[in-house]
Amino acid sequence: MSQTLVALPPIVTALISGFIVLNVVIGMVTYVTLLERKFAARMQSRIGPYRVGPHGLLQPIADALKLMMKEDIVPTAADRPVYNLAPIVFLIPCMLIFGSLPFAPGLGVADVNIGILFFLAVSSMEIVGLFMAGWGSNNKYALFSAMRAVNQIISYDLPFIFSALVPVLLAGSLKMSDIAAAQQGSLLKWFIFYPVIGQLAFVMFTVATLAAENRVPFDILEAESELVAGFRVEYSGMKFALIQLGEYAHMIGSSFLGALLFLGAWSGPGPEYLGPLWFLLKAMFVFLLVTWIRWSFVRIRVDQILMLSWKALLPATLMLLIGTAVVVVWRTGGF
Amino acid sequence: MNAEQARAAIASTFGVEIAAGVPMVVTVPAERWEELARYAKDTVGCRFFNFLTAVDWKEQGLEVVARLDNLEEDVALMLKTKLGPGVTHCASLMPVYRGADWMERECFDMFGIHFDNHSDLRRILLEDSWEGHPLLKSYAVDTPHPPYR
Amino acid sequence: MLDVNKITRVEMDWSGPERLQMNMGPQHPSAHGVFRAILGLQGETVVDVDAVIGYLHRCHEKLSETLTYAQYPSIASKTDYVAAMTSEFAYVLAAEEIGKFEVPKRAQYLRVIVAELQRIASHLLWLGTWCMDMGGALGGGATIFLYCIREREDVLDLFESLVGARLLYGFFQVGGTRYDIPDGWAEQCRKTIDRINSRVDEYEQMLEDNAFFLARTQGIGVVSRELAQDVGIAGPLLRGSGVNFDLRKNVPYSSYQDFDFKVPVETAGDCYARYKVRMAEFRQAISIVRQGLDKLPSGPISSRPALKSVAQIRIPKGEAYARVEGPRGEVGSYIVSDGSAKPYRMKWRGASFSNLAILPHIIPGHKVADVVAIMGSVDPVFGEVDR
Repeated sequence: MSQTLVALPPIVTALISGFIVLNVVIGMVTYVTLLERKFAARMQSRIGPYRVGPHGLLQPIADALKLMMKEDIVPTAADRPVYNLAPIVFLIPCMLIFGSLPFAPGLGVADVNIGILFFLAVSSMEIVGLFMAGWGSNNKYALFSAMRAVNQIISYDLPFIFSALVPVLLAGSLKMSDIAAAQQGSLLKWFIFYPVIGQLAFVMFTVATLAAENRVPFDILEAESELVAGFRVEYSGMKFALIQLGEYAHMIGSSFLGALLFLGAWSGPGPEYLGPLWFLLKAMFVFLLVTWIRWSFVRIRVDQILMLSWKALLPATLMLLIGTAVVVVWRTGGF
Repeated sequence: MNAEQARAAIASTFGVEIAAGVPMVVTVPAERWEELARYAKDTVGCRFFNFLTAVDWKEQGLEVVARLDNLEEDVALMLKTKLGPGVTHCASLMPVYRGADWMERECFDMFGIHFDNHSDLRRILLEDSWEGHPLLKSYAVDTPHPPYR
Repeated sequence: MLDVNKITRVEMDWSGPERLQMNMGPQHPSAHGVFRAILGLQGETVVDVDAVIGYLHRCHEKLSETLTYAQYPSIASKTDYVAAMTSEFAYVLAAEEIGKFEVPKRAQYLRVIVAELQRIASHLLWLGTWCMDMGGALGGGATIFLYCIREREDVLDLFESLVGARLLYGFFQVGGTRYDIPDGWAEQCRKTIDRINSRVDEYEQMLEDNAFFLARTQGIGVVSRELAQDVGIAGPLLRGSGVNFDLRKNVPYSSYQDFDFKVPVETAGDCYARYKVRMAEFRQAISIVRQGLDKLPSGPISSRPALKSVAQIRIPKGEAYARVEGPRGEVGSYIVSDGSAKPYRMKWRGASFSNLAILPHIIPGHKVADVVAIMGSVDPVFGEVDR
């Protein structure tokens, strides 16, 4: 962006690029819901959305229109300011993370030199919006879900951060484009293929992502069969659409992060301008991996989830991080 | 104890005649109801509480029927007690069998029989504000009956 | 209209353990029907549960006093509507026991085949809904739910070609059955149960190798032998707690003694044990259906003349209690007859009513998520609970 439109003042370029990224993200979120539904349907030996548009391709548009036209019901005894603000507070961090992702060398909104730190910090702020939604609904089920959410997301953000720090150590920089550049060249330079450490870190990253995204098997907080949509139970219409948007945007953002950290971002055969396409494909691969797990397992109880996090995953990621540091220093001859 | 011994033991302890056949039908007066159930559980070994219900014999009053089983020895006991005309009290079997809890609540709900010593006797199938007891023969079948209509 | 100003707001006191009363109300995705459980919670742990039933009460017992023995069997299927065949079976057996009617051999074998097919269909629905409760409607549970429903549809197709109805049949009548099997039905039946046999193996593999499933079901909802008999639960719940009692073996009815099958018993008493009992029952039911089709004798399907009027069947004075082993336990029918065409008193011993009575005894101490798993493994059908 900064190379081509150099004549315009930086604020205009920033606004334009932000606008474009936002629209692309929203478009992608709607179509990712269709992708998930089709994928899940095939796993369950059925077809999925088929009638609206050719092969169901217009289904997300129909869903979006429906949600926009629904009545906006606010419970009488709900805490109005908190209730109304919650979807927006939930959505903003989920959109902000796309600001720090580089989609190709030089192509992105803002490639800050502490990119990973920004991403991880902002993405864990969604918990505020989630708790506001649960509290402001004045509903015991929503409150339950909000309590469980705070527990779970806080517990799993730590392993998430530690497993995301392993590629940072291997690349030596917090800047996202540096991490991606360290994986260019050949297939074996991708961090997932780093002996032992890469695979372990990828597995732990996937598990932590599943939990931080409230995906089955860790979706105890929206537990359809117990809490009937959890913290979003009182939302309808456009507010519900905003919350869905935020959830899926966060999911896609984490998939992009996973592809960038472990799968080599935009490296792939072919000319340079195919880079973003490879990046997209790899992010979709991570997303489908998470979806595949989601549609195969039953969920586990909240105390089992917390036990898994604090007693198993956190020590494991900590050990892995320390081991990575030792390996990196040893390899560069520091000992 | 097996079926033959049970028949002899109950007949002698409670002074009743038990007709031949399966299940064994034992009819006792209402005062010995709980005693009979306790005897069946402890001595005869009928630990399986099958069901408890009542039959409305119009002028002759209500009759409470319970069925107990001894699953290992294959003994089936059908206990009956006639409450007498106009009597709606009966001893509760809850101290003896925990399964009597819901069964007696249903009897209370449908017949109006009040079980003494039941810890939580309230309607179970109908709502608490319902008037009348549907399974009594005096409860109308084909005419409107309060609280509806 | 609700006046917002008059709503009292209670400040929560943080000085000690406070109790939250949460309602798992009649409208709930995993209530298996209409069931209200008022849970008293301390944090995530359930401290007491008050089960409120009766939302589906239609007073079948009073209804049966107004319908003749020829009219009621079709209505009887509406008690346990998931396993309608066994519900009708109990009523018809009781009427035949008082009247001392003989049932021809062919009718008895047909009854056995149909009851076992119904057991397969009912257990398929149980497995699907239980996994869906534990896994969520948008998750792994839904996957196995759709697979099980697909198999159940095949069994219901069999019933449709036999009786004409998929869910609520009028197959049984006093003295025999109403319909005979059409041509080609035996072939279709064999193919269907072969397919179901291989698919059930797949589901078992999918679930038992899954650490999450084991973590959710082992050690949950333990029912001791003594409690099981005291409360009067029956069926897979009783056999999951170590009591070897199956009506088909201990008190054989309708020629079950001619069939060779095993009765699965587990001693652990938790949800996993009940799951294993039901999975084993799949295999045994399939084996019984195969034997029944192989050995089906020829002959009449009913010992009574064809029904020409509703009051045709008259039963002498007497009383009887007949019971069948339904998929959920002992379904029984206690009929007191006064010699007319209608019963004087008919009591349904609903399997799910007695099974559900165990909930207040085993739930306290578990977490909220376990309530759902336990209820699924108890497998209530509220037509039977409320009648």
